[in-house]
Parts: sequence; structure tokens; C-alpha cells
Amino acid sequence: MTNIAIHTDTQTALCDYVLHLADTNLILGQRICEWSGHGPVLEQDIALSNIGLDLLGQTRSLYQYAAELLGGEKTEDDLAFLRSERQFKNLLLSEQPNGDFGYTIVRQFLYEAYQQLLLTELKKSSDAQLAAIAEKSLIETNYHYKWSAEWVIRLGDGTEESKSRIQKSINEIWTYSGEMFIPTADEQLLCSIGIIPDLADLKDAWMQKVKAVFAEATLTMPEEMYMQRGGKTGVHTEHLGYMLAEMQYLQRQYPGQIW
Amino acid sequence: MENKDWPLWEIFIRSRQGLDHKHVGSLHAADAQMAIENARDVYTRRMEGVSIWAVESKNVHASNPDEAGEFFEPAEDKIYRHPTFYDIPEAIGHM
Repeated sequence: MTNIAIHTDTQTALCDYVLHLADTNLILGQRICEWSGHGPVLEQDIALSNIGLDLLGQTRSLYQYAAELLGGEKTEDDLAFLRSERQFKNLLLSEQPNGDFGYTIVRQFLYEAYQQLLLTELKKSSDAQLAAIAEKSLIETNYHYKWSAEWVIRLGDGTEESKSRIQKSINEIWTYSGEMFIPTADEQLLCSIGIIPDLADLKDAWMQKVKAVFAEATLTMPEEMYMQRGGKTGVHTEHLGYMLAEMQYLQRQYPGQIW
Repeated sequence: MENKDWPLWEIFIRSRQGLDHKHVGSLHAADAQMAIENARDVYTRRMEGVSIWAVESKNVHASNPDEAGEFFEPAEDKIYRHPTFYDIPEAIGHM
């Protein structure tokens, strides 16, 4: 009996974790796609849309896997369009509004630096499906990381205005960066059985990466501060509700509508 | 007035190994690295390529269309410059 109980707990934790990964990518992808038609130059407008769509592609694989783990009738679309704010487990970082181009770049860079480290570890996960999704996603993530890191350097080591604006963005968004490394009970359980890596290890590696890029960009690392948390367990900033209202409107108003 | 646009670059893409790079269009970028990355995002998002060249447009020197007559017409009646009068052994194949 105990074995079955553990198995069920693990299954639930794994499903919630996969939803957390999917939700973060979905929400960030949606945010980036808001740039479509508004990018600073045509080339970067397309670059942003490409990244947004990459994230949505990864989201689909993850939702499909989550639906499989749930084992019921639910589909990837139900998971994206019919869950409410408190059921979304995305990082607070991903739901923050785009701000200016520099703010979007910083948000992306902090996330992709983390994502690159996380997926590299998840490739070795004892869960074969998660490992396969990680391996496929990592190729795209490597480009997203490179693109965003280069923009941090260009803006930081650019003009006086670009430097002061991106530094301001870093200082503002930093409080949302800590949540990535604060494990939930689910994450602790999954880590103990080798499905996901230890987030504390990732944090050190992440700090090194971010520090190196900021140094090249002549930017200053913020000092230690209180880190906002809650996204992983469904407690969000005020911004997510508006996003879901827009994203989910059609399926809520016209259930089952397709095009 | 100061020109605030990034310089223009000409983009060449090789669609498959073994083929030549072909001119596909142009774009703006601050430097060569950004030009190649922009080309990746603008011109290869539907698997169009396996290799990219970027050349700043100012470095491309072109013939003058006004001189097209003296440049190209003289070749028109010199059919003997085409090696069509030779029998090519089959083993050589397409030349």
C-alpha cells in the first residue's frame, strides 16, 4: 500500500511540475508575442516572434505530457485555456509586463540562463519523457540565451541612455529572479528521486553566468534583496489575470470553438 | 540630418550542402554578428538554409546600368565563345 501511495504522490508532483514548466513557457511566450508588430526594428520584431513561437512549441509538448499524466479526458487546450489564475504555476518573472525593449531583454536573459542550465540537467532525468522534451527544447534555448545575452551586452555597453535604462530594468525585475531557485515541496520530492536537479546547484551556476554577462556589459549586479515568490503555487501578481482574460476569452465565451 | 538607421547588409544563403550561396535580400544590423543573427531570424525560419553570408551593402560594387550596352551586348553575337562546336565524350557528362 505504501508503495502505491508514494507512486501516486510522485505522479501528482510530476504532473504539477510539468504544468509549472508549461505554464511558464506559455505565459512568457504570450508576453513576447505581444511584441508582434511593435518591435523596435523589423528584424528584432521577427526575432521576438520566433522566440515566442519556440516557447509555445515547447509548451505544447509539455501540456501533452501533463494531459497524459492526468490520464483523463483533458487535452493540451483544456490545460491552456480552461484553468484559472490560481491553477497556473508559472514563474512570476514570466508574467511581468513587457516594459521597454530593455526590460523584455532582461526578463528573457534571466529566464533563458536558468532554462539552459535546467534543461541541461533535465536531459539526464530519470523520467524518459521529460528528458526527451528537455533535449529537444535545449537546442532552441541555446539560441534564445545567446540572443538575449548579446542584447544585454549591446544595451549595457551601448549608449548612456541604453545603459541607464537596462540597469533600471535589472534593478526592477531582480526581485522576481529568486523564485526559480526556491523549491516547492513537489520539487523537493522530485529532486530526491532523481527526476529533477537540485535547484541550489543551479543557482550557483546561474549567478556565475549572469555575473559574467553583466561584467561584459559593464552593468552592476543588484545587491541581495527580498525575493518575490508564489507563482509556482498559484499565487500571482496582478498581471496574470489580465493576460488570462485576453488569452482565454474565446474558449470561455465559445467553448470548444476551433478554427 | 544624422542617419540613425543601422547599416544595410546583403544576405546570401546556402540552401543545401554542395550548393552555392544565393542572394536572398537585405536587412539592417549594427554589425556583422547581428546581421548574421538577423538573417537567421528573417530568412531561415522556414528551413531555407544551412549557411549564411552577410556583406555590408556598401562593400558591394555594381556595374553601371547605363553602360549595359557596351558591357554586355558585344557578347551576344560571339556564339563561337560557347564550346558548342565540340563533341563531348559521354563519359564527361554535363559540363
